[in-house]
Amino acid sequence: MSVFKRFVGPRIPEGLSTTDRRRFVIPIALFVVAAGLLIVSIFLPYWEMTLLAPQYPKGLHLTAYANRLTGDIFEIDGLNHYIGMRPLDEAAQFEKSVSVIGIVALVMLLLAAVYVHTKWVVLLVLPAILMPLVFLVDLQWWLWKFGTDLDPAAPLSSAIKPFVPSVLGRGVIAQFETVATPGIGLWLAILASILIIVGLYYHRKAYKPLADMAA
Amino acid sequence: MKLYKFLSRPSTILLLVVTVIAVFSFVSCSDGADEGALESAGLSADASAIAEARGLTPDDVAAALKTYTPSGVHDEYIMFASGGHGGQVYVIGMPSMRIIKQIAVFTPEPWQGYGYGAEGTMAVLEQGDVEGTDIRWGDTHHPALSETAGDYDGQFLFINDKANGRVAVIDLKDFETKQLVKNPIALGDHGGTFATPDTDWVIEGGQYGAPLGWEYASINDYQQDYRGMITFWKFDRDAGRIDVDSSFAIELPPYWQDLCDAGKLASDGWIFCNSFNTEMATGGVEDGNPPFEAGASQNDMDYLHIFDKNKAIEVAAAGKTIDVQGFPVIPLDTAVAEGILYFAPEPKSPHGVDVTPDGNFLTVSGKLDPHVSIYSFEKIQEAIAAGNFTYDNYGVPILAFDDVVEAQIEVGLGPLHTQYDDKGYAYTSLFLEPAVARWTLGGDFSDLHEEEDWTLVTKTPVQYNVGHIAAAEGDTVSPDGRYLVSMNKWAIDRFANVGPLLPQNFQLLDINDPGTNMPVIYDLPIPDGEPHYAQIIKADKLSPWEVYPEIGWNPHTNSVDPNAVQLGEERVERNGNEVEVWMTAVRSHFTPEHVNIKKGDHVVWHITNVERAYDATHGFSIPYYNINLSIEPGEAVTFEFDATEDGVFSYYCTEFCSALHLEMTGYMLIEP
Repeated sequence: MSVFKRFVGPRIPEGLSTTDRRRFVIPIALFVVAAGLLIVSIFLPYWEMTLLAPQYPKGLHLTAYANRLTGDIFEIDGLNHYIGMRPLDEAAQFEKSVSVIGIVALVMLLLAAVYVHTKWVVLLVLPAILMPLVFLVDLQWWLWKFGTDLDPAAPLSSAIKPFVPSVLGRGVIAQFETVATPGIGLWLAILASILIIVGLYYHRKAYKPLADMAA
Repeated sequence: MKLYKFLSRPSTILLLVVTVIAVFSFVSCSDGADEGALESAGLSADASAIAEARGLTPDDVAAALKTYTPSGVHDEYIMFASGGHGGQVYVIGMPSMRIIKQIAVFTPEPWQGYGYGAEGTMAVLEQGDVEGTDIRWGDTHHPALSETAGDYDGQFLFINDKANGRVAVIDLKDFETKQLVKNPIALGDHGGTFATPDTDWVIEGGQYGAPLGWEYASINDYQQDYRGMITFWKFDRDAGRIDVDSSFAIELPPYWQDLCDAGKLASDGWIFCNSFNTEMATGGVEDGNPPFEAGASQNDMDYLHIFDKNKAIEVAAAGKTIDVQGFPVIPLDTAVAEGILYFAPEPKSPHGVDVTPDGNFLTVSGKLDPHVSIYSFEKIQEAIAAGNFTYDNYGVPILAFDDVVEAQIEVGLGPLHTQYDDKGYAYTSLFLEPAVARWTLGGDFSDLHEEEDWTLVTKTPVQYNVGHIAAAEGDTVSPDGRYLVSMNKWAIDRFANVGPLLPQNFQLLDINDPGTNMPVIYDLPIPDGEPHYAQIIKADKLSPWEVYPEIGWNPHTNSVDPNAVQLGEERVERNGNEVEVWMTAVRSHFTPEHVNIKKGDHVVWHITNVERAYDATHGFSIPYYNINLSIEPGEAVTFEFDATEDGVFSYYCTEFCSALHLEMTGYMLIEP
């Protein structure tokens, strides 16, 4: 048996695919729906931060999509220059540039996983499962980087010590209270992870007996 | 292999799903978890003790409750009030009576950077110059909000300057004066401004008779050479400016035209103006002649001027005009021959003429007669059709008083101006008493009130010497009632003594209840010129910008200025002995911070405030050179000067913009 055949595993016998249709459709459907959710998530916010201060009764808002940052960036950058924080646009430039292609790649892997009937399917779907976590860890890293790499010559550098904004939840910096929450896009990605994990269960149920038989 | 098994085990899956949901639910909910429950604060038990300690009566407490507006709560109505001979307009919230803004109109004003270098504002003020003479004050009288179908639309405000016969256009997108128009044929005015129901035209009536076109004529030739006038300014709503080239005036007899009003609904298409001194007294008390105050008060009747606006527009468009100072004027005999102008007798030296909300009636107050006289527009039309005229010395047809009067009501001493509400009442100011009278309307208004038609209902004393009154949307086709402001010219003992010059006193009356209850509930001192008229608009009809729509906005062209400066594009260029500066302002620095100039240079300086935050205005001032700007978020400003004095000049931001405001400065270094 070639490596490729050992990787993709046995094909579904003719008879079974009609008599036991549900058994094979469920994992496929779950992977495909998860892929769809990931595609949709590209167009939705992954992360939102609101900055509250007395001078801004409506708050200042920052919205992170997979590939871009929107909101009151000009104003937030203007405030950040007092403490010597770098312009937000400089953050995660590599991640923003590859994120869409990356998500599309995850989706391709998910769709490819439909044709893999062995335990190796985990390798194809694991990146998609981990994606929300990777997003948050990466974001926290950038928050750490921006909060600690302050220009010492900035006007308020002596008043504001380096700080690490929290990736989710509340924080306080000077007169600002920050509230960071996951966006709908991130929720969709998380839902996709859950569907994939559930899909793996049905995948095992569908194909384990075939693999056992082949062995 | 083990991972696959582990991940695909049902118990693991369940655990994973629950964990993931739990973690993210916790995170997303945690920001709302500590929000306290809303507590409704009951009225403090000490409230009556406070009232007692301050000597407040139950009526005082009620007044306080009706007007007190907590921090951050916005007023329901906005009043635009004339600032009299301060030359400005006041913006006042109601019912709190908080002054929210002063709009610089005819007088330079440094806070707004109006007339201290900023090119746009300098150009507006220069439009108001009279034959090359700088006129840097005004006597603002009658603000007029733009209307659509007879109702305020909150887009523009007009106001006249009585002293120099000028009309201003204020754009309510940014509450700034955009245009001054000098009347080409009259030095002064009074009966302005009044907008027609769709603001196609803005009316400016004259006042003191004089030769048209600012000419000289002997006072002995008053009847022959002196004239009155009314001007119809064409308003171009899209441009937001008066179109002087499409405007015209009508020559009138040298009576002293006073206030005007535009017809609406039933009387749409007609304009009404009062007059006094139909005696054509020429004064000269120093020569033993009766003073004007006596000479102009002899006749029992003066003339209500009635204009067919549409006919006037046709006649002007047909070119049946004479040219006075380059401005088309319909001669008096043409106005008569074309059926543009009629008179109706009105008692006696009247001041206000105010059209009812349905347009069916006009209320005229004879200030030396204790009555208001109500004219029926229908009867005026019938009398004109019947043609049963007498004529004045200038051949103007006069309708018979009895043919056109609907009712006369004795309201009290010194009636001046009338406003309306939504409950079938009219309100008239009584200068001499001084008081505000409430009386009932008839006609279609009859069903709205309990009392008999055309009768006095009640009076509320005001302190003191009330001139105009303004009710909420009280001169529109749909008044709101609720509040009325009595604009009192004397304050006497209402406030602490601040020396011989006293503030004006705006008193708020609660007119919400029908019948006899309309108490004074607030006194607002205005430390500026004597107030005249005001108009009160529902606040939600106004939709001004929070910041200018784009960075580099020129408020006088309503577009991005060609010399707008974006961040990173700042520079100083020298061309011969002309130095041009492109500067940005942002919290908390100007770029550049050094500007090197040589004595004798001509300097052109552009500054753009690149801020997008609400209220992030920067000022800019240069000592000695008399430069002071207000640069609001997004605004681009240009100023110019000749560097006539060398030295070191620190320019700085005059608005306390940020914690590092004091550091927002720079040096202009002028080498000898």
